[in-house]
Amino acid sequence: MNTADQYLKAIYIVQRTEDGPAATGAIADALDVSPASANEMIGKLEQRDLADHEKYKGVRLTDEGVERAREVLQTYCIIERFLANVLEVEEFRNEARALEAVIDDIVAERLDTIIDRNPACPDCFNAETDACELLDVCQEHPAD
Amino acid sequence: MSLGSTVTSDHQLARLLQIGAVLEEVVEARAHRHYRSLDVGDQNPEVAALLEESAIESAAHRERLETLMDDLDAEPIGYEEIARLVEEHYGRTRPDDFDGVLYDQLCNEETAYKFYDDLIDAIEATDARFAVDRDHLLSVLRTIREEEAAGVEDVTQLMEFR
Repeated sequence: MNTADQYLKAIYIVQRTEDGPAATGAIADALDVSPASANEMIGKLEQRDLADHEKYKGVRLTDEGVERAREVLQTYCIIERFLANVLEVEEFRNEARALEAVIDDIVAERLDTIIDRNPACPDCFNAETDACELLDVCQEHPAD
Repeated sequence: MSLGSTVTSDHQLARLLQIGAVLEEVVEARAHRHYRSLDVGDQNPEVAALLEESAIESAAHRERLETLMDDLDAEPIGYEEIARLVEEHYGRTRPDDFDGVLYDQLCNEETAYKFYDDLIDAIEATDARFAVDRDHLLSVLRTIREEEAAGVEDVTQLMEFR
């Protein structure tokens, strides 16, 4: 997934957690980038009609933005589930974060043919634990 | 979170090669499974030959990836385990007919091409040094990518011919 996709996923998760617009600072924190970098990419997402940015309120994804963000989050869930259940990687959260930029949607779809993903995905993604709630692994140690 | 697509460590590279090897194992196992489930050999020799060739090529790619993984001290993922997972989930994803088999093969080849293409881009985008020789690594991956591109063409031609 490309950088824009990673922003969409971060905005979607913050928006869902806050149940409202995502503050630029929270997006920058989630992606570990500067607020200036976040602002620049948010502007690009606005130009592509994927997000609306209202000064002092924050960013809200458009319907198209939400749709794409959910696809991206689903790809992320597949990567996590594949790492945890097939490759039995203990640090699957950290590794998924490191790999997500290199794994495309169509590659994730193929990996999906050998994992047990819930049809409700990505609604089962828990932002606090940074993993699917239904994933059959220890949830006590989310990535920092 | 790692923004931008680069590979920066031996560990990350090894994990990506493992994923590539699993993709090849999935192709190999699904090709065998399609062959069995549709009696392909008796009914459609062209599709049978394609599946056989695809399984052989995937096994060869997997071996080349495993040699690279060995240089990085990474463990290969056993084919039997992936074949078991493919078998377990086959009912959910099985094609209904020969056209479905060809479409599945096309997805396999396109997916593999995309994977190697992205991986090559990510390696080229970094100055990181790896335990495996960089030129050799890229040369192996580019060769596999070209073979996947040829595979896409083969399946497409067969689809057009039918």
